[in-house]
Amino acid sequence: MKIIVCVKRVVDTETRVKVAADGRSIDLGGVQFIMAPYDEMAVEKAIQLRDAAGTGSVTVVTVGPAAATKELRTALAMGADDAVHAVVEARMGPNATAEALKQVIDGREYDLILCGKQATDEDDAAVGPLLAAALGLPCVAFVHGLTVDGRTAIAEREVDGETERLDVDLPAVITAQKGLAEARYPGLKGIMAAKKKPLETVACDATGGKTELRSLELPPARAAMVKIEPTAAGMQSLLTALRNDKKVL
Amino acid sequence: MAKYEAPDFFDLDSLLTEEERMVRDAVRDWVSDRFMPVVEKAYSEGYFPKDLIPELAELGVLGGNLDYADFPRLGPVAYGLVMQELERGDSGLRSFVSVQGALVMFPIWRYGSDEQKARWLPALHSGEAVGCFGLTEPDHGSDPGGMETKAVRDGDGFVLNGAKMWITNGNMAQVAVVWAKLDGVIHGFVVPTDAPGFTVREQRGKHSLRASVTSELIFQDVRLPASAILPGAKGLGGPLSCLNQARYGIAWGVVGAAMAVYDEVRQYGLTRIQFGKPIASFQLYQAKLVESLTEITKAQLMNLRMGRLKEAGGVTPYHVSMAKRNACHHALEIARTGRDMLGANGVAGEYQTMRHMCNLESVKTYEGTHDIHTLILGRQITGLDAFGAA
Ligand SMILES: Cc1cc2nc3c(=O)[nH]c(=O)nc-3n(C[C@H](O)[C@H](O)[C@H](O)COP(=O)(O)OP(=O)(O)OC[C@H]3O[C@@H](n4cnc5c(N)ncnc54)[C@H](O)[C@@H]3O)c2cc1C
Repeated sequence: MKIIVCVKRVVDTETRVKVAADGRSIDLGGVQFIMAPYDEMAVEKAIQLRDAAGTGSVTVVTVGPAAATKELRTALAMGADDAVHAVVEARMGPNATAEALKQVIDGREYDLILCGKQATDEDDAAVGPLLAAALGLPCVAFVHGLTVDGRTAIAEREVDGETERLDVDLPAVITAQKGLAEARYPGLKGIMAAKKKPLETVACDATGGKTELRSLELPPARAAMVKIEPTAAGMQSLLTALRNDKKVL
Repeated sequence: MAKYEAPDFFDLDSLLTEEERMVRDAVRDWVSDRFMPVVEKAYSEGYFPKDLIPELAELGVLGGNLDYADFPRLGPVAYGLVMQELERGDSGLRSFVSVQGALVMFPIWRYGSDEQKARWLPALHSGEAVGCFGLTEPDHGSDPGGMETKAVRDGDGFVLNGAKMWITNGNMAQVAVVWAKLDGVIHGFVVPTDAPGFTVREQRGKHSLRASVTSELIFQDVRLPASAILPGAKGLGGPLSCLNQARYGIAWGVVGAAMAVYDEVRQYGLTRIQFGKPIASFQLYQAKLVESLTEITKAQLMNLRMGRLKEAGGVTPYHVSMAKRNACHHALEIARTGRDMLGANGVAGEYQTMRHMCNLESVKTYEGTHDIHTLILGRQITGLDAFGAA
């Protein structure tokens, strides 16, 4: 079972971001970066599938800044076998990313490609499906359950509160939804072993962008909390607020 | 609880290797996710959260620096950072790992027979076995050379008699590394805690290090086979070399505790309003923050330098004494000041500062008190022994 997992370096989801002076990027001062959480689940699932199959490999791929070797090393520390890094410093839209990933993946052997359903920075949820289209592969997105049986993957996802089960011919692109796998902590043994695993740097053309970031702004500050006293009058004002302001009743 | 923001004022991060940063972050995340939610209950009720031992083992921190089998073989700086991050959670957590790794696995690894290593090192690394280290006795603390616990030859083996006190992990341990005199010379013995005549009694009621188990070990005619003695250790140098390993970890560890305190107090000061302003806007409050951050930074620098020296083989017990002494002293002062800065909340269990403060009283005392390290360093500097022994 040869699996390729696409991962992205993103700003830590617990960071409070600030817009930089140019109005089009994030102020990176003191910001922590992590592997996008859904990508982490994809890596974990790939490792589990490889281990269950007893043979094969997990290759992690990223298109991103030089500093993203950290996220690749994290995936290697979790148990991936090797990594490929296409170094691109500039921000890319989903089209350019998918196009660059295709260039990296073309010519490699694989049975399955896993991506996170979306990166938690720009939340496009587009790269997986765009990559599948570019490679001419079937795609199932938002998958929370996945097994492999020979040349078929059985993917489960939630549709309107029900579970949809799909048989997909391999190779295919699957994007990870919460529930697919819970990422392990990379242990110290894994971290020390990661240094010795192959990490290949490749070139790619990342100019295929079809979107351009015009500006960024923070959402408006949240209104102050309203305290409602547990009295009859308080309950009346709560009902009024729920009915008229929030329109939930 | 607000997300932990570790102070790194002099950007020491950039002096670490990628691997060292990853090791630190892995332990930091584990402590945040798995340990912080349970520590307050464990501390207030006075137990070590034993159910986390398999996770600690999985993480690889137990004896993680030892060059043995498929252990992670962390370098000194990575190992130090592990200690820093564990003690950011609680000194009891770091103590558990220090004792297991530096005081039990280290002497077996360094002085043990192949049989002792094979029997115990994998089990201690995987957390299937817990170990404790018995040096201190009811009547001999700072002066372990005066110990009364005695082994005498008996046929092929030995018979052990005596008592140890203040022994971390005692009641959880399957194995104890016990130091005793044989023909008047100190030797180490690897003693299974279920050996007949070996009694372990928990010392309850500590006001410090409450999330750590401390016990008394009593040996009454405990028969040991010849294979129980550590063949490579003879004299006080044996236990002192273990303490040197553990003290190295303590120097890093307590800085983690101080960092936790500093972060809590800084964040508190920014949100707590008095006289219509955040209390962090007052000069006195700021002065305390500045003092704390400065001492943390100095101790971080000393640790990193000590780690790099150790890597290069140039660290001496005196470097370690100075780092342990300095870091414990300032961590405790920072915690005491921090406790004050939180006002009444500073005595509430919801905040971690007072827990660290109480813990650090033990850490300042064990593995050589502050004053004992002063004497060690004083003797090194002057060549004159001020310990008082004839
Ligand atoms: C929570 C906890 C866990 C511990 N865990 C372990 C463990 O796992 N294994 C183990 O073996 N031990 C352990 N210890 C014991 C610890 O190492 C000793 O408590 C420590 O060495 C001090 O010894 P003491 O308590 O007998 O104090 P004492 O030696 O009686 O010292 C009392 C005071 O006198 C001072 N003093 C002593 N001698 C001199 C001198 N010559 N000149 C000037 N001042 C002096 C000391 O600095 C101190 O202030 C633990 C202790 C604690 C509190």
